[in-house]
Amino acid sequence: MGRLKVNQDKVTKEHAEKLIKLCPFNAFDYEDGKLEINAGCKLCKICVRKGPEGVVEFIEDELVEAIDKSAWKGITVFIEHDGNNIHPVSFELIGKSQELAKVTNDKVNAILFCEDASKFTDEILSYGVDEVYVYEHKELNHFDVQKYTDCMEDYITKYKPSVILYGGTLIGRSFAPRVAARFKTGLTADCTILDMKENSDLIQNRPAFGGNVMASIVCPNTRPQMATVRYKIFKMPEKVKPHGKVVNMGIDFELKSKLKLIEIKERPKEIDISEAETLVAIGRPFKTEEDIKMAQELADLLGAQLAVTRPLIEAGFADATKQIGLSGRTVAPKLLINLGISGAVQYTAGMLGAEVVFSINTDKKAPIFDVSHYGLVGDVFKIVPKLIESIKKVKGM
Amino acid sequence: MKIVSCIKQVPGSSEVEIDPVTGNLIRDGKNAKMNPYDLYAIETALRIKEKVGATIKTISMGPPSALSVLNESLWMGCDEATLLTDRKFGGADVVATSYTLAQGIEKLKDFDLIICGKQTTDGDTAQVGPEIAEHLGIPHISYVDKIIEIKENSLIVSTTMDKTEEIWEIEFPCLITVEKGIFTPRLPSYKRSRDFADYKANILTFKDMEDQDEGHYGLKGSPTQVEKMFPPSKNTDKEIWEGQDLAEIMFNKMQELKLL
Repeated sequence: MGRLKVNQDKVTKEHAEKLIKLCPFNAFDYEDGKLEINAGCKLCKICVRKGPEGVVEFIEDELVEAIDKSAWKGITVFIEHDGNNIHPVSFELIGKSQELAKVTNDKVNAILFCEDASKFTDEILSYGVDEVYVYEHKELNHFDVQKYTDCMEDYITKYKPSVILYGGTLIGRSFAPRVAARFKTGLTADCTILDMKENSDLIQNRPAFGGNVMASIVCPNTRPQMATVRYKIFKMPEKVKPHGKVVNMGIDFELKSKLKLIEIKERPKEIDISEAETLVAIGRPFKTEEDIKMAQELADLLGAQLAVTRPLIEAGFADATKQIGLSGRTVAPKLLINLGISGAVQYTAGMLGAEVVFSINTDKKAPIFDVSHYGLVGDVFKIVPKLIESIKKVKGM
Repeated sequence: MKIVSCIKQVPGSSEVEIDPVTGNLIRDGKNAKMNPYDLYAIETALRIKEKVGATIKTISMGPPSALSVLNESLWMGCDEATLLTDRKFGGADVVATSYTLAQGIEKLKDFDLIICGKQTTDGDTAQVGPEIAEHLGIPHISYVDKIIEIKENSLIVSTTMDKTEEIWEIEFPCLITVEKGIFTPRLPSYKRSRDFADYKANILTFKDMEDQDEGHYGLKGSPTQVEKMFPPSKNTDKEIWEGQDLAEIMFNKMQELKLL
């Protein structure tokens, strides 16, 4: 940790202009010969490294009181369920945690809030977790962010887990920030790569600033370290011979909430692209109904579902359930065909699990080619109709 | 009813690239704009105001240039705007950002309802709303996509989960984050932009905050640290085709892989 200091005596107008241009976050203000850093600063330190020498300086703070990391142990996975079934992202996280825990020779545990734990504990143990901590109460059967946070606080205070991982689901993304704020600890959303340091610091990698950059984030001075990870980012682990045990946590506090669940309505089952085996995904060049019809025809011929990128959602062509990417769905199909998609990390992070990826784009330098197995540099509106013709022919249509 | 809406100025383009040689961030254009998801938060507040009467205060943390998005909120129909700006707030992660906003909201005195957009397009975490609620000790519901009823002491809302729709009642004071599409946001009004031509937004700095511990704000108050930035990994085992007969090449490859 530290801060930036502007050495005003060294600031010239040219320096100021250069720094203003250099800063990706618009964090410099130059007024009356004084160069100031404003609240936009993200401390990326580009101004120190690449700016005029000596003008902006990074001043290291004295070490903040270090926490005793050895007092915080193990990786705990929040088990998400709907009262009957566990969300598979929980098992994916258990699998990843086991890899991470090898570095520190630590335990992998699970935490479960529910009405009847016997429905779930055997399945959780079959993935090889060491301990399943259970808070059992009829009022915990359905997610209530206030009750769940109170239980998690109780668990963290008693057991001091080093890491807690949550699925990046609608529930996980509402619950985890609440716990993070209560403990004033770090939480990294939608991690795509997790690594562990020997000193038990979790390295949390995620796409940053919505663009083509990944950031490695650590949380070195607080515990627990927390992260959310989207479904299908990590692989489903194999079941093993169980060796763990169930720890029943008594609830010696009142379960309070200012929220009341009034009704749960079943929704007509939507076709969810995250489960699809074949996907045809379309990007910005698809502007008219006609364009989309072409893509749909290819998808139909392949028995595929049609998926889209964020700009098409914003243009109102489809709803977010059809969107691939971190702000939409993470997919892992056997075949993915990208049509006219440039490949911002926001998108590619949501499709890295695809087995075979074809991409067509006119721009040879488009980052989508870096995550494809087969790339075609060309115009989708010329290539796809011919491809459709060939497929029809082989199908005898 | 007293409503607070939290908004943010974000870069106009989300395309940031990293120079693989120098490791520098390259951000094209500096056309900052209001986070598009915040427009839905403001619109939700305006609809509630139209229905039951309310004052709407917008609040933002950011550099002085963020005043432009606060102005936009006023032109849309909000009543007051507050900017939290100080160098000491810079470098803030989610915990420090939400804490600063919570401190700022406390300075606005009472409120019944805080409305946030579901996430920002630059950070994309969707965490700031729930963390503000926790700092203020109030309940929250994320991803609200319908306001069903506005009652005396509570709100009835619906959220769409993976397989179900859930109807919740949430007691005031509370915070909700709203989905895109809850309402169609209105455009700023030209008349209001003239009415507010001389309006000065309320500016709050570190000195105005109740909590005077610098360690709770900005970089110092941020438990997470960015260790490094790097370009995403590339698939080196790939075939790239250019030129003629691309459809045929793709078709043949798909047949070879038994994908047809």
